[in-house]
Amino acid sequence: MRGGGWGRRTLIAIPYAWLLVLFLAPFLIVLRISLSDFAISQPPYSPVLDLPACFGEADLPAAEGEAPDLLSCLGGWADQFWGLVEEWDFDNYIWLTQDNIYWLSYITSLEIAAVSTLLILLIGYPIAYGMARAPKAWQPTLLMLVILPFWTSFLIRVYAWISILKTEGLLNQFLQGIGLLDEPLVILGTNTAVYIGIVYSYLPFMVLPLYATLVKMDESLLEAAQDLGCTRFTAFWLVTIPLSIPGIVAGSMLVFIPAVGEFVVPDLLGGSETLMIGRTLWTEFFGNRDWPVASAVAIILLLVLVVPIVLFQRHQDRAQEAGR
Amino acid sequence: MRRFTWFNATSITLGFVFLYLPIILLVIYSFNDSRLVTVWGGFSGRWYGEALRNDAFLSAAWNTLQVALVTATVATVLGTLAAIVLVRGGRFLGRTLFGGMVYAPLVMPEVITGLSLLLLFVSLDVPRGLMTIMLAHITFAMCYASVVISARLVSFDRSLEEAALDLGCNQFSAFLRVTLPNILPSIIAAWLLSFTLSLDDLVIASFTSGPGATTLPMRIYSQVRLGVTPEINALSSMLVGLVTVGVIVASLISKRAETRRLAAERAAR
Repeated sequence: MRGGGWGRRTLIAIPYAWLLVLFLAPFLIVLRISLSDFAISQPPYSPVLDLPACFGEADLPAAEGEAPDLLSCLGGWADQFWGLVEEWDFDNYIWLTQDNIYWLSYITSLEIAAVSTLLILLIGYPIAYGMARAPKAWQPTLLMLVILPFWTSFLIRVYAWISILKTEGLLNQFLQGIGLLDEPLVILGTNTAVYIGIVYSYLPFMVLPLYATLVKMDESLLEAAQDLGCTRFTAFWLVTIPLSIPGIVAGSMLVFIPAVGEFVVPDLLGGSETLMIGRTLWTEFFGNRDWPVASAVAIILLLVLVVPIVLFQRHQDRAQEAGR
Repeated sequence: MRRFTWFNATSITLGFVFLYLPIILLVIYSFNDSRLVTVWGGFSGRWYGEALRNDAFLSAAWNTLQVALVTATVATVLGTLAAIVLVRGGRFLGRTLFGGMVYAPLVMPEVITGLSLLLLFVSLDVPRGLMTIMLAHITFAMCYASVVISARLVSFDRSLEEAALDLGCNQFSAFLRVTLPNILPSIIAAWLLSFTLSLDDLVIASFTSGPGATTLPMRIYSQVRLGVTPEINALSSMLVGLVTVGVIVASLISKRAETRRLAAERAAR
């Protein structure tokens, strides 16, 4: 697709416009609504901008910014927007700082996501390493076995743990059956269950990028290290680990970022004391129907995650460049 | 001196036991006759019958299927375009932003994506239903699709396309007759991935759906919150079985296509 011309421009414009309208624009709306008042109405927030007047009829051409009437409309919208700066109120954000539940949710989410990421790295690395060293003929099958759970419903995989972790569940039946326990363990409804759920459901996301970097590694580097006097362990520590850092970073980001906002795992496996921000946002939205506060929760969560997301994108871009 | 040690073998085995045991237990216990889910009461397939006779499940499954088919098809087309832009687009205004918008949805927490799309639909006054779920699913599925396809496109040998141009194809037909058949396996993989992503999604669908537009994960979730039931076990096992068969068949087909392509390349040499 070299050269300029209309073909190339249209090619770029179609996916670009789609993502602008359905990915980027929604964030601006969330930001806007997080700055408005809660109102008992449908929709449950006080209108600050007259968006439908602009976008009501035509929503798709909005991103191309070529139709002149649209430009003036956007201009009017911008005027409205800045005119309202004085009216913005940060009540929702102030509210977030005053209620402990939000603080605790953010802290707990970050903690659970960070510890889970570390656990997944410790469990996933030996698996990926083993796969990369397995005979070449097995590798496609092993790879498919890691990918297969990824295709199976997340909800079902989390659900499968309920009957295992219940007080009268399969794990306790087993442990009592072999005489290891007298009293059943209470796991379901605790943070332990949440850790198990997150480690289980995100493990393939770590193994795949790790495997991808480890399998490409040049074995002669290890031989060189051993010739130069390294033991097998120090060679692993000084050569293999540093060379697999791209995979570690990619895997950790793929696990950590979605885990912070995880909803299904804490909701199904956690107890009432498992405050995770995804669940708090869900309750705020569906339970309390306070859309402005839910939006403020989302905006803060996004700010918390901006750094890891940018790291992840840098990595993806670099991988793209390297592949070329 | 690639050595496959006992340690390697053990870690792979334990890893796969951990990944598969819960699913296998779920499938085994779906054949449990007892209503008490974790107490074995003999072998029976009756919960499969009950699940298949449940109208709420069936209508939700139909909704899900419609959404997933439309999502997979549109997302694959858009994802292919996005991949071409990413790999071949060169420099253009806002390329960094474009790359960001393609990669960010891969890691964006679902609650944020769901909430933001719902607020978009509400402020544009779009009536919510299956249509809005499709729009939401297409948006995140196209990003996965473009990642899958661009990985293939990056490794594609461009000299083949140049040869087609030299032999008198124009750019469009060179793409259609040389590039497209070459990246076809990744396009099929992208379609399947988009399809299952849409099939599985609970959070984004819950935010963007409207009255009457309940998808299967939403139905399962509302039942699961009340506890484990044998019908859900049976339904889940059916879904797991379906996906497993689908993935295995797809990978066999793509393996055969790959072998055939390699053989053809060798013959051409």
